[in-house]
Amino acid sequence: MIGGLFIYNHKGEVLISRVYRDDIGGPLNGVMILLDAFRVNVIHARQQVRSPVTNIARTSFLHVKRSNIWLAAATKQNVNATMVFEFLYKMCDVMAAYFGKISEENVKNNFVLIYELLDEILDFGYPQNSETGALKTFITQQGIKSQTKEEQSQITSQVTGQIGWRREGIKYRRNELFLDVLESVNLLMSPQGQVLSAHVSGRVVMKSYLSGMPECKFGMNDKIVIDKQGKGGGSEDVAKSGKQSIAIDDCTFHQCVRLSKFDTERSISFIPPDGDYELMRYRTTKDIILPFRVIPLVREVGRTRLEVKVVIKSNFKSSLLAQKIEVRIPTPLTTSGVQLICMKGKAKYKASENAIVWKVKRMAGMKESQISAEIELLPTNDKKKWARPPISMNFEVPFAPSGLKVRYLKVFEPKLNYSDHDVIKWVRYIGRSGIYETRC
Amino acid sequence: DTWISTQKKIHSQLSLPVYPLQENRQFGSKMTDSKYFTTTKKGEIFELKAELNSDKKEKKKEAVKKVIASMTVGKDVSALFPDVVNCMQTDNLELKKLVYLYLMNYAKSQPDMAIMAVNTFVKDCEDPNPLIRALAVRTMGCIRVDKITEYLCEPLRKCLKDEDPYVRKTAAVCVAKLHDINAQLVEDQGFLDTLKDLISDSNPMVVANAVAALSEIAESHPNSNLLDLNPQTINKLLTALNECTEWGQIFILDCLANYTPRDDRESQSICERVTPRLSHANSAVVLSAVKVLMKFMEMLPKDLDYYGTLLKKLAPPLVTLLSAEPELQYVALRNINLIVQRRPEILKHEMKVFFVKYNDPIYVKLEKLDIMIRLASQANIAQVLAELKEYATEVDVDFVRKAVRAIGRCAIKVEQSAERCVSTLLDLIQTKVNYVVQEAIVVIKDIFRKYPNKYESVIATLCENLDSLDEPEARAAMIWIVGEYAERIDNADELLESFLEGFHDESTQVQLQLLTAIVKLFLKKPTETQELVQQVLSLATQDSDNPDLRDRGYIYWRLLSTDPVAAKEVVLAEKPLISEETDLIEPTLLEELICHIGTLASVYHKPPSAFVEGSRGVQHKRLPGSAGSGESVESPDPGAAATETPPAVIPSQGDLLGDLLNLDLTPTTTTGPPPPTTSGMQMGAMDLLSGGLDSLVGLLHQGPPSLSASPSTTTLGGDIGGNPAMGAAFGAAPATMPASFNAPGSGGLDDLFDLGGGVGMPMGALNPPKAVWLPAMKAKGLEISGVFVRRAGVIQMEMTLTNKAMSVMTDFAIQFNRNSFGLAPAGPLQILTPLSPNQSIEPLNNLQVAVKNNIDVFYFSCQYPISMLFVEDGKMERQVFLATWKDIPNDNESQFQIKDCHLNSDAASNKLQSSNIFTIAKRTVEGQDMLYQSMKLTNGIWVLAELRVQAGNPNYTVSSVALAVRSLLCCVLLLTSCISVYFEDQHFVLIHNQSCLNSPTFILGRWKYLMVIQVYRKH
Repeated sequence: MIGGLFIYNHKGEVLISRVYRDDIGGPLNGVMILLDAFRVNVIHARQQVRSPVTNIARTSFLHVKRSNIWLAAATKQNVNATMVFEFLYKMCDVMAAYFGKISEENVKNNFVLIYELLDEILDFGYPQNSETGALKTFITQQGIKSQTKEEQSQITSQVTGQIGWRREGIKYRRNELFLDVLESVNLLMSPQGQVLSAHVSGRVVMKSYLSGMPECKFGMNDKIVIDKQGKGGGSEDVAKSGKQSIAIDDCTFHQCVRLSKFDTERSISFIPPDGDYELMRYRTTKDIILPFRVIPLVREVGRTRLEVKVVIKSNFKSSLLAQKIEVRIPTPLTTSGVQLICMKGKAKYKASENAIVWKVKRMAGMKESQISAEIELLPTNDKKKWARPPISMNFEVPFAPSGLKVRYLKVFEPKLNYSDHDVIKWVRYIGRSGIYETRC
Repeated sequence: DTWISTQKKIHSQLSLPVYPLQENRQFGSKMTDSKYFTTTKKGEIFELKAELNSDKKEKKKEAVKKVIASMTVGKDVSALFPDVVNCMQTDNLELKKLVYLYLMNYAKSQPDMAIMAVNTFVKDCEDPNPLIRALAVRTMGCIRVDKITEYLCEPLRKCLKDEDPYVRKTAAVCVAKLHDINAQLVEDQGFLDTLKDLISDSNPMVVANAVAALSEIAESHPNSNLLDLNPQTINKLLTALNECTEWGQIFILDCLANYTPRDDRESQSICERVTPRLSHANSAVVLSAVKVLMKFMEMLPKDLDYYGTLLKKLAPPLVTLLSAEPELQYVALRNINLIVQRRPEILKHEMKVFFVKYNDPIYVKLEKLDIMIRLASQANIAQVLAELKEYATEVDVDFVRKAVRAIGRCAIKVEQSAERCVSTLLDLIQTKVNYVVQEAIVVIKDIFRKYPNKYESVIATLCENLDSLDEPEARAAMIWIVGEYAERIDNADELLESFLEGFHDESTQVQLQLLTAIVKLFLKKPTETQELVQQVLSLATQDSDNPDLRDRGYIYWRLLSTDPVAAKEVVLAEKPLISEETDLIEPTLLEELICHIGTLASVYHKPPSAFVEGSRGVQHKRLPGSAGSGESVESPDPGAAATETPPAVIPSQGDLLGDLLNLDLTPTTTTGPPPPTTSGMQMGAMDLLSGGLDSLVGLLHQGPPSLSASPSTTTLGGDIGGNPAMGAAFGAAPATMPASFNAPGSGGLDDLFDLGGGVGMPMGALNPPKAVWLPAMKAKGLEISGVFVRRAGVIQMEMTLTNKAMSVMTDFAIQFNRNSFGLAPAGPLQILTPLSPNQSIEPLNNLQVAVKNNIDVFYFSCQYPISMLFVEDGKMERQVFLATWKDIPNDNESQFQIKDCHLNSDAASNKLQSSNIFTIAKRTVEGQDMLYQSMKLTNGIWVLAELRVQAGNPNYTVSSVALAVRSLLCCVLLLTSCISVYFEDQHFVLIHNQSCLNSPTFILGRWKYLMVIQVYRKH
């Protein structure tokens, strides 16, 4: 299991050091040697990081980096590496939930809190309950003197209980639910317009403000479910509006979802945490709506000039608007000057980034726009050809590129006096670009 | 204000929501805490001391914070120990926790003063607040001071039975802490039993922590049967799995992976209950579930519908892992690498997801490349090649190199793509990017070896880049190409000479290659390169300090000076083809790593023992046996087997068997391809050549063939191996020749030699028919067929010589090449030279023979059944057997199965006895008969075996006796073929030749072998 957990700043100075096991060298000098070893071999290494897992002096270091803060777990045993990384991410989430951005300043200001958290969520190197909702009930930095006996046992039963993510006795005057379908669409396209790979990774994010211990059921246009129901006679629905259901390659759920029920009935039922949480993640690869098509044309004119023309076409209903469109066209390192003409938006050559950045604020569906650039190059005798990195694109569209639709979200709370109809529910779809690249 | 225009309601209500935002309190709002990190005044300790003893609570707390901050940055604040401990008794929980933190760090250095804290701990363990009780017991376990440990026992005992689950779950982990400090104490105090009881606790988190603690403790007691996994506990764990936290699910799944289900039904039902975990958001839960499924899948019959369903279910979650954070992607990819080696079918259609993204971190890119090559097949090779070509133009040098290398590996793996790969590589060479060219040349060398005489037309292009090569591997590859194809390269001598100038500055790799290449060149073009070869030989032998180089130089020199023809045969010999996949993980290791999916072992691709110190890494995990027979595989630990065996079943050999039960019954199973067979003529002529044929022992004269031109046949019965009478037997042969006419293979002459069939040879022993060893085609008309038999304690080689030619054959002579068991025609046993590792591919019982007549010398090789080598006094004393069995290290043990054998144990025992395999003891466990057997080889090697026989399998009813015996012998044969003996400080190192250990189900055999030192004593 995890032998010790350390937080460094970008210079390699130790901000937090918590030792859980003697085998990594004892809490005193042994650990200082290890801390130095990691600094010298990883943080100060000349090369870029070659692996998130490093073995130094028969000790394994597993690290992640958040902005310029390094979190490292050290161990001498054959730990479950996946678990350690998941834990490090979780640790980041918990810290962020307590004090916001993980920065050197924030870590230093909250070091007592961080030690307290580390004592609670990691015992002898074994991760314990790390749900922020539960932790915030008793790790407050305010002292817990005032608690009554009932409150105490409520805390402990929540921390250890089956529904560790929700406490009892939550009350809202108005019961409300917000549901976001956030998708990122990823594409790798060949210069000829052939889709090399495309997938959507989506998340269903919820904010729930519901009283009591409500039982929820979430339904979407999952092909497997629709097909099952379709046998009963609902096939005219499908005929009416074409693509009604989507094939989901795989999905994962928040721990509140009853997985065995999903496995057998493919229904998503759960008691939601209070406030923000991510209900599910999913991935689709079939029948993706690619919101934009990028058509690149790069021509080398002699050794010192390059002509680039890029056309973008929006491919969705003309009544919808895409926002925050940005096209990034890489330029060679030897670029000495760039002339740009674009029909829409603003374009700029950014020498520090070796790229032309073309921004368009809004663009409706079924439209087309283009940019042309003339790039002057410095003559070199470098034999190596320019690698031609792909043209990448960013955008945001108000629909789900996978085609996912929320069909229902039912809420049942038998003990309290409100029904499904009393709950106000909101849903919104946002499609964003993930890695959306076209080779040129 | 993100909820703007795009919001839509599911229901028709239109009221605008005003929802309460959770108050985002600023924790640790004092923006001053960071100042503690910067104070570096002199006299700080003194000041802190004063502050710690201050009356004001706030000041005290601030002082403790400063101490902790100093501790974090590595300053020694141990001098403040008594002052800090004084702050321990406080109502302020935050302060208390800080003091505890200090205590955990410094208690070990101040054990006497740490005792001061005990009272507070003990008191806190009685506190009405469960959070404080748990905090006390948690902290106490972290203070590794013996005296404190004593005081911990009573509070811990109470906390393990606390009414509050939070305290119990903390106490469960504390048992593991205590065990780490003082294992004996934990056992004596009975904490292990209490911990076991917690597996049935009503609270899922308590169960999970108890499982984690028990698993850890069990690791340091491999045979303690601590976890006691049985269907009931498994059921409890599976129930808790649905209810506990994500981390608890990981502990439980990792523990489940150590269980071996009793049969395929149990295996399937566990798999069914584990599969829903594949949809968990936590990647570690997913990978641990994958581990359990991969392991239990081994037990499912492949024709089962569920098996296919399971395979299909595994792919999507593995692909999903690739959209996790990069570090998790990396771990996932390292694991997928193992999974596709074990079960390529799972991901064979998922090639595209492994395409490299421009922004992937380099470690993800490199791993993806590896998997792309593993999944490359004829169906997707075009896509893969297009991708690889893209990658070869990227920036990162390592990545580009690997991409180029990958193109070469594709060529070798998918034959249809070889041509395209070669042309892609040529394109890349044209880029003239130095490292790309060098990498391309290294892989092209391999392509030449895989497809000889196909792509040599590109050599000219390669030669153009000779000057730009500055890396040893590329230089060596290029030199190899020049040497190998010297006859096609006009200026090969000039090229090689140019390398020779800086000979001593080259790395060893290049020097060795250069030496060999020039010798090759000389053998191909002897006239113009004499000077060059002398130059390189003298450089290698006289001017070099490197023993490898010197020795190789001398070998070539002597070869060339004594027998150029032989030199040609050695140096220009046909090379074995290179295999398709060069970097596959060795199967036993792969199996072990599959059992460690998700852990560091799977990231490093090394067994835990390679990087974990102490006892924890020693255990080797393995996959359960394959499905099909439905019979139980090895029980997970011997203790379980012992308890389940009713005492009445143990027969009279009670003492012996009782002891046997205590033996470690956890050998490693190995499976692999069958041993390669060597063709008759493919033998090293070298030994025979060097020895010359002058020393042939026996001469055979054969009369002229009969005028009817029918082939003449001689049956030759000769004693081999330790029988000095052999020469006489050979001498007698000519006289009896006519009588043997037309009676090939019948052994008709045996009577004449007084070697009658059946003398000293119980009925039923292996008596295989003669096989053709040397076909007439290959020996100018002489055909030799033969068989080995053991009669009356003497190994005999029966040969039938047939003259199928038109002319007379005379002047027969025979000689054996050196062989593993020192068989020689008559004469005493020779002491053997050890087999070198690369020879071990050849079965040890391979015998290379030369037969000479007036026409020519013919070489052939034949295999003698290993049963020939079992001597009659191979029955070991029972007590000796027992002692020996125990003494033999487990490493020396191999296990394999014999299929389609339908004898009961007694019959098998009898059959084996007739081949001098003696049953020493027998016992019955769970309907299986276990036979303990011994045999002794002519050279004094003892082989001990355990044979398991499962009685009556209704599916097969008929089988032959010979089959049984032969299969078993074959096993022994395979077994012994993995014994290569090396002396290193008087120890025997056993080289297992994995590929030899092969055989499917039915009888499980366990063999231990033992060297008798006197035979193999080093000279």
